[in-house]
This record gives sequence, structure tokens and C-alpha cells, in this order.
Amino acid sequence: MGEETTGPLIALRDVSRVYGEGEAEVRALDGVDLTIGEGEFIAIMGPSGSGKSTAMNIIGCLDRPTGGSYLFHDVEVGRLDRDQRAILRREYLGFVFQGFNLLPRSTALENVELPLIYKGVPPAERAARARSALEKVGLAGREHHQPSQLSGGQQQRVAIARAIVDNPMVLLADEPTGNLDTHRSREIMELLVALNRDDGITIIMVTHEEDMAEYAHRIVLFVDGRVQSEDYRPAEREG
Amino acid sequence: MLWETVRLALLAITRNALRSFLTVLGVVIGVAAVIAMVTIGQGSSEQVTSDVESLGSDVLMLRPGSSFGGPGVSETVAEFTLRDADALRELSVLSAVAPVVNSPATAVYGNANSSTTVTGSSNDYLDVANWTILRGRGFSPAEESSGAAVCILGESVRQELFGNADPTGETIRIKTVSCDVIGYLEAKGAGMMGQDQDDLILMPIRAVQRRLVGSTDVSSFQLALAPGVSADRGTREIEALMRERRRIQIDEADDFRVMDMAQIASMLTSVNSVLTGLLSAVAAVSLLVGGIGIMNIMLVSVTERTREIGIRLAIGATARQVLTQFLVEAIVLSVLGGVIGILLGFAIAFAAARLMAIPFTPSIEIVGLAFVFSGLVGVVFGYFPARRAARLDPIEALRHQ
Repeated sequence: MGEETTGPLIALRDVSRVYGEGEAEVRALDGVDLTIGEGEFIAIMGPSGSGKSTAMNIIGCLDRPTGGSYLFHDVEVGRLDRDQRAILRREYLGFVFQGFNLLPRSTALENVELPLIYKGVPPAERAARARSALEKVGLAGREHHQPSQLSGGQQQRVAIARAIVDNPMVLLADEPTGNLDTHRSREIMELLVALNRDDGITIIMVTHEEDMAEYAHRIVLFVDGRVQSEDYRPAEREG
Repeated sequence: MLWETVRLALLAITRNALRSFLTVLGVVIGVAAVIAMVTIGQGSSEQVTSDVESLGSDVLMLRPGSSFGGPGVSETVAEFTLRDADALRELSVLSAVAPVVNSPATAVYGNANSSTTVTGSSNDYLDVANWTILRGRGFSPAEESSGAAVCILGESVRQELFGNADPTGETIRIKTVSCDVIGYLEAKGAGMMGQDQDDLILMPIRAVQRRLVGSTDVSSFQLALAPGVSADRGTREIEALMRERRRIQIDEADDFRVMDMAQIASMLTSVNSVLTGLLSAVAAVSLLVGGIGIMNIMLVSVTERTREIGIRLAIGATARQVLTQFLVEAIVLSVLGGVIGILLGFAIAFAAARLMAIPFTPSIEIVGLAFVFSGLVGVVFGYFPARRAARLDPIEALRHQ
């Protein structure tokens, strides 16, 4: 991957996140340094309570650090208010969750259209873009199915289509294969790899499964609220 | 974008159709009550006004006693007599003087009978009270002065005793009096208070006094003003005459009362509007309760849909967009209730108008008002739940099961 002339896409410097005060104080993150460049595919691993989900929430601009600095595209996220972060999420980020998090009584197409509604994209263009996103994840013809009519793997594909429908710079995936069997998991991972390789989408994925982490360029290991190790993978799976 | 939000709100509402309906029931009842009350109120005031107009604005009424309802329980007031009628006829401000005495009685013809009111008066009564003889004739001067047993039937009495047959020339029995029918009146329909105006029999006043009541009292006068005489001037002259005739001292109050039709009408309509106002207040309370119902269900809805809100926030909805969504949902809900209420209210008012024989007068203003008010209920009571939704923390909301 080529070097950026400006700052890195994502730069966390001595980031801490503290919940509670005094006796009840919990340091979920305790001095995290992490740099992620455009086009990377990162897997974040670690035991439960290691702070990987907290780190994910901060990187995803759902939460703000209580200490340190988080620069996204040279913007200090800690200084953005709720709505500014919402707009940042809308414009640059896409989310995929372990539990899919689709709106249950809306069709696949409606779910994928959702981010575009909040952006104010006109209906006809919205539907067209949602259709092509669904096609990209291999769900052409399922536009009018509701989540309950789709398998787990298909639901996760809808969620991925929703995440990429507005061409985000970064896709954040929190245990995307946590609810899926091995076969479906591999299909999802291959989809993510393709999005990373063909569309240049930066992917940051939290997982506790070694097999899934293998797909990433780099595995970041969290222990006790800190980055313990960063393991660069050979580019064996590319190509 | 707004239409989009309204569509989404309708979707959310129809998903829980039964619950949505129960939620808006309060608003439906409130709005329906307001619409029905106001429409019925307007209709009946219109009826009163047109009735009074049909009586003529140049008609006065003279009654004993000091209040509208006639003599009170403790009052002992001298009744009028026909000598008062003669005195009133001397006044140049009056063009017609109709002394009136009423007696409830049952009229019988063959096997048919009719419970009605016998009104004793003179031919002047026909003019003053706006009656038209459809067939037959009025009383002759001889019949009036002698108190002959002749009668003119109201349409309802004619129907009950004779059906559609012509009653003139027949003889009916009223109490113990045999009475020749000399004519019948054109129908008038229901009166100001919903009573049947055509349920009456007219007889010369002397006949009623002597044969049915057994006294020489006159219970009231209906008087027509001469052309160009104002009600005020007529009232003043009648009062002066009556004070003199009844020997009322200068420092004593009148023991009779002269009313013009405008006064009678305003008395009737004021009763009407007090009633309308009271019921509208009750309806307003119901609207308030309805609003609280909407707030309650919206709060439940926000809790139920916490996860959905979390998803929306995570994928980039701003707080304002979430607020708008829930606010619009509350407004759509209560406006829907308002629309149902408006239709229901008009249906009730229409049925009531038919029943009470008053005009059905739907007004566009009240529809607009009900519409705006129900929307306002949505805004006021929807804001708090919507703000709660908008302020949810996306991380917490996503974790919510």
C-alpha cells in the first residue's frame, strides 16, 4: 500500500476512555496508539474486556475519547459534537454488526436505502443505488424480502450492502461472522476482502476468531485497554 | 424529505393498527364532541333565529309576573282580563291585540282522540302568531263576542282525528263541549324548543274561558306593533298603560312584563350557548386526556424501538432527524384521530339535527380549528417522547435488546 502525503486516515494517540469516577472508575482504554492507512484491512482481536469494542466505538465516532487525540482524516473527532459525528459517520463510515441490526419489518431494499434517506438522496436514485449495492453483495432478486425471510448470511450481506451503499472510506465490522457458521463466515470474509481489494475500502474488523483474522493485512491485539502487539500478515491472500 | 417522513410515520402507525386506534381514541372523542356540540349549537341558534323572524320582529308579548317564566311560587299577581284587551286596543302603537288563554284538553272525534292544547284567542292571534288558515274560515265577530263553540284545528290534531280528510263542518268533542270545526291551519313544523307547533286547537277566548277553564282570566297577550313603531316605544306605552290600570305606585316595580321577540330569542340562544360552551369545555378536557394518551404510547414506542433508533443513529441520522421522525409520527397519529373525530362529530351532529328538526350547519372554520388543535396536541405531547428518542446514546441503544 502506498504512503499518504497527508496524515494517515486514522490516527489514535495515547487515547484513553474512562467510565465512572473515583472508586468506580473503569479504564476501558488506557493509552492506545494506533495508525491505520487508507486501503488497509485490519483485524482487532483480544479477550473480552480488553477494550477492543470501546476502541471500535471510538474509531467509528459513536463515542469520544476521554483523553488523548483521535484524528480522522486530520479532523480531531474529540472536538466534534453529536450531530457533527453523525454526519461524519454518514459521509465516511459504514457499520456492520454481529447481530446484523437490520430494521425487522422493512425490506432488504428499504434497509439499504436508509443511510441515503438521511443524506437526502431523491427516491429514484436511492432505489437504484440500493439495488446495485445489493447486487454487489450477491443478493440481486432479494430486494423485497424482509430480514426474517433471509438466512443469517444473507442478512449480513444486506447489512454490508447498507454499509457500502454510500461508498464509505472505512467499513467498521464488529464480529461480522459471530453469528454465522464457518461456511457462511468464509463467504462474508471473501466479500469483505473483495470490497477492500476492488473498491479500496479500508476495513477495520473486530473478531475473536483466528481464522477470520487471517484474512486481514494486520492483526492488532488488545489486552487490558492497550495495544499489545501488531502482527503484519504477508499479502498471501491477495490475488 | 417531509413526505418521506410522513410515509414512514404512517407505516409505523399501520403496523400497530389496533394500538394506534386505541391511542387516538381520546383525540377522536374530544374532536368529535367539539364538532358535534358546536354544529348542533349553531344549528339550533339558527333555528331559533329563523323561528323568531317568522314570528315577526314587530311582535310583543305581555305576561303577568316579573320574570320570563311567569309568576313565581310566592308571587300572587293579578291576572289580566278581557277589559285589559279592550284598553290595549285603544293604543295607537298597536295594530293587533290577541289575548291568550291555554287549556290542555283531549279532543275526540269518533274513535280517534288527541291530547292537545286548546288556545283561546281572537282572529288577531292568526296574524300575530303568523298562522294561515288552509281551509275554512276564521271566527266571526258574533262567535268571538258570544264565545261560540267553534274551533280551528292545527295540522297535527287534524291528522290524529281525521287523517287526511277535510274536517270542516264536522263536530268534535273537547272535554264535555261539542264543537264545530270551521277550518284548519297550515302546518308550521317544530318550534324553537323542538315542540310540535301544530299540536293545537284554536277557539274563541270567551268559549275557552267559560266552557273549559271556568274563569275570566287572560294568561297573556300577543301584540303586534303598528307599522313604523319601534319595539321600545311600544313597550313604554304598554307599560305606562298597564301600570295605570293595575294601580302600581310610582315606587313599585312592574308586576307584568313586556317582551319583544329579540329578547325572547336572545334568552333562548343564551341558554343554548351556555350549554354549548360547557360541553365544549368537557370536550377540551377529553382532548387533553387524548394528548396524554398519545404521549404515553409514544414513550412506549420509543422504548420498544430503542434498538431501531440506535441503528438509525449509527448509520448517520442526526438527532434532529430522529426527533423529526417521532414528532411527525405523533402529529400524524393525532391528526388522524382529528380527522376521524371530525367525521364522527359531523355524523353525530347530522343525526341530531334530523332528530331535533334543526338545520345541519357544518362550518369550515370548526373543521380547520379541530384540525389545527389535533395537530397541536401531537406537537405538544409528541415532543417529549421524540426528544427522548433523539437524545439516546447510539452505543447504549444498539446494545438494547
